[in-house]
Amino acid sequence: MNDLPRKPLGPDADALASARPKYVGKAVQRLEDPRLLTGAGRYTADIRADRMVHAAFLRSEQAHARIKSIDCEAARGLPGVTGVYTAADFAGIPVIKAPSRMRDYRATSCTVLASEKVRYVGEPVAVVIARDRYIAEDALALIEVDWEPLDVAADPESAAYDGAPLLHDELGTNILFERVFETGEPDDAMAQAPHRVSGRFRMHRKSPLAIEPRSYVAEPDRANDGLTLYGSTQIPGILRDILSGLLDLPGSRIRVVAPDVGGGFGGKGSLYPEEIAVCALARRLGRTVKWVSDRSEDLASTSQGFDEIIEAELGFDDDGALIALKGRVTGDIGAYSIYPWTAALEPVQVVSFLPGPYRIPHYRGEVKGVATPKPPTGPYRGVGRPASVFVTERLIDMAAAHLGIDPAGMRRKNLVAEDEFPYRIGSGIVWDRSGFAECLDEACSRIGYEGLRKLQREARAAGRWYGIGIATYAELTGIGSRISVAPGMPINTGTETASIRVDSTGAVTATFAVASHGQSLETTLAQIVAEELGVRPEDVRIVQGDSGATSHGTGTYASRSAVLGGGAAIVTSRVLRDKIKRVASHLLEAAVEDIETGNGRVFVAGTDKSVTFAEVAHAVYSDMRALPAEARENLEASESYDPVTGTTTTATHIATVRIDPETLAVSIDRYLVAEDCGRMINPLVVDGQVHGGVAQGVGAALLEELSYDETGQLLTGSLADYTVPTAAEVPPIEVFHLETELPGNPGGFRGMGEGGTIGAPAAIANAISDALSPLGVGVTELPVTPERLFRLVSEARNKTDTEK
Amino acid sequence: MSTRIDITLTVNGEEIVETVEPRMLLSDFLRDRLGLTGTHVGCEHGVCGACTVRLNGVTARACLTFAAQVDGARIETVEHLGTVASLNRIQQAFRKHHALQCGFCTPGFLMTVQEMLETLPLETDEEIRDALSGNICRCTGYEHIVRAVRELADEREGAAA
Ligand code: FES
Ligand code: FES
Repeated sequence: MNDLPRKPLGPDADALASARPKYVGKAVQRLEDPRLLTGAGRYTADIRADRMVHAAFLRSEQAHARIKSIDCEAARGLPGVTGVYTAADFAGIPVIKAPSRMRDYRATSCTVLASEKVRYVGEPVAVVIARDRYIAEDALALIEVDWEPLDVAADPESAAYDGAPLLHDELGTNILFERVFETGEPDDAMAQAPHRVSGRFRMHRKSPLAIEPRSYVAEPDRANDGLTLYGSTQIPGILRDILSGLLDLPGSRIRVVAPDVGGGFGGKGSLYPEEIAVCALARRLGRTVKWVSDRSEDLASTSQGFDEIIEAELGFDDDGALIALKGRVTGDIGAYSIYPWTAALEPVQVVSFLPGPYRIPHYRGEVKGVATPKPPTGPYRGVGRPASVFVTERLIDMAAAHLGIDPAGMRRKNLVAEDEFPYRIGSGIVWDRSGFAECLDEACSRIGYEGLRKLQREARAAGRWYGIGIATYAELTGIGSRISVAPGMPINTGTETASIRVDSTGAVTATFAVASHGQSLETTLAQIVAEELGVRPEDVRIVQGDSGATSHGTGTYASRSAVLGGGAAIVTSRVLRDKIKRVASHLLEAAVEDIETGNGRVFVAGTDKSVTFAEVAHAVYSDMRALPAEARENLEASESYDPVTGTTTTATHIATVRIDPETLAVSIDRYLVAEDCGRMINPLVVDGQVHGGVAQGVGAALLEELSYDETGQLLTGSLADYTVPTAAEVPPIEVFHLETELPGNPGGFRGMGEGGTIGAPAAIANAISDALSPLGVGVTELPVTPERLFRLVSEARNKTDTEK
Repeated sequence: MSTRIDITLTVNGEEIVETVEPRMLLSDFLRDRLGLTGTHVGCEHGVCGACTVRLNGVTARACLTFAAQVDGARIETVEHLGTVASLNRIQQAFRKHHALQCGFCTPGFLMTVQEMLETLPLETDEEIRDALSGNICRCTGYEHIVRAVRELADEREGAAA
């Protein structure tokens, strides 16, 4: 952690100057930890109920096939089986569509269970309900499906051709959308550019892979003809809203609760057929229905991430100034466009962020999303940006190498400068002031960049392969309503509401619609409320992840909860604080302006006259002699916050790698991040988010790939094949924080939960390419598995041999 | 399937007598039969380590063990460490260093770390990383876990000296 002085500037200067103890910015120990450390957490799989039954799903073994018949008789006859259900049993539930206002967008239709045909291996086809999970799985083995296999076009380029086998006949094409972003004269500018570099890049499909597999428990409320769904989800509010429509229940009779959730990373951020199925069956049977996926099911059916082919070209002048960028992105969507995010989510973000934090006058980004017989893609940490940053940062390094300029200098020359903000990049995104160049400089100086280059020269002289890779990026976080509606999604993610109350005992409860699944929101939001109200963080109970507690709200994803949830916490706390001060001014017989709060007390500044929060509450609620009736203000407040646009977060990552020329084993030597996320709420939590993000980026760069063969079969269906980084593969990670200028939201926060995963794949790809540069090859495909590296190196060696 | 097996074992110091199906996994037995839901299941195929318990003092994967195999054994789970009101040293170090985020992997790590501290020299961080590599954490990037274990290992040396 760095110890740079904090600038007391920014929108929150008055709050910072107040007398209340400061909790924001402190490494407060987490309030959620004691229960999670003792096995006392309550995750969905831990929930039990009387008369509970268990679900197991029969999944398609075919990538694309017609279902001729399903024979469930033997399964139904197994003792302990309550029922076996197929698509027809869910016919009353409307099809799921994720609409978009994007022009010519083609929304796919998806049913709870596949009817007529299946479109990916792992698609749910039938569901068994039984006394326990063992019996339910026994019954699955007794179900017979008669398949008629259909032609398969498993890769997005072949699926995009006219005449390719259609996944959704009614759409008449597999291309779900196409879009072009253009600024300036990209064709002419590119043609006239003195220098050009280009490549065809590929980011392969990943699994978000939260360690807690997806799990749901649907509990019917027979007394009220209602339902509670407990689930491992990031989006309880979105689920409540859509399930209310699908099950035809008013929101007052359906509640979605995310209890402790074991990580999400985007994989628990969409609507799933299994969620609808357990709810419908719980209502039908009048019994609690539980489903917990196993890891193989999870790998085969949880929304997958990334997966695009990107052809890109960069034009620049003799001095390295960037002139033009062109990119063509083909997104492999999978079989369905996921609700609510739509098929456009990931690939459109790739073209949106391709110009990066650089000044590039001419840009064209073309994107299309193609349906393929694979599980749907959805949000995964970083969404689009890991792929776009990988491509742009590779191109920058290629351009630097072409001109013989140092890669750090190449970036410094082209980064949007301090006096150019707000800066609109070619895709239309507007960057606000953020420490683009400052982070690059900080990273280079902290890691001793010049020294590393010297080390590299020595290593090369000794025949060793050593590489240094830089990735500089910017991202839009904490997105408000004006931007969130832009992709035309069916929901509003741009606002957040807090409700805070002091009850009759003086205790503080603050309710939010965010849904923590590891982000520490029970602590960070408590820090904010505590500081603003004048109590201690451990005195604030945070209620979150429960759709029954709020009228609207979506959840936690897209690096939004600190900016939006934190913003709502601040504006609401301030309204409540003013009420408390007004009440206390009566009790203390002092002017409101002289009243202050702190450490659970309300006092007259500069005197020893004070009352406790409990005494204020008692006066308002219980002791009817204490206050005149008109002064008894309810100690509650509820306010919403909408950042309208978004905040710009930036970072530079530097990785150094060693590659063994014999075994081609890659080891990451050092990993350093310098980032500007505005004011930090809790530096320990921020560091933890960066570390975790970088580790996932290491996986994306070196290990993780959901690999499907040409018939659409998953080849990496267990953790033995889909390998994620362990402590042995992740290097020590050094993190430095900068605060350049605070963004214009109440707390001065910028979102940062995804950044690690955005920067790391590019930094590592550049480091490996740098190490291999004497061979004249570079990385264009991630992950760089040992096999890919072997091919790359052998090709280079063969080429040099033939040239000799 | 109707064969059932009687087992007697000690779980967290308490003697347990139960009848189980031969195919019942130890993880399901602990969680569903005994209600000890602190032992988590992340993969059910022996890779992630979330289900790690101590079986006769040695770490074992509850998802790869049948309940019927543990007749006569002594088992400790995360519930045997400290309590919410009084965390043990390992739990305190994890909290201090923010070595957990979602907490799903944490019980498995705690059981592994407890054994590491009893049996390994842990002189270098690399050694700590190797010893942790049988447990997967998707949230923390391991950095803070390594720091927590480093502190515990150093403290142990200090105490021994
Ligand atoms: S659940 Fe046992 S190792 Fe993963
Ligand atoms: S804390 Fe979430 S998996 Fe480790």
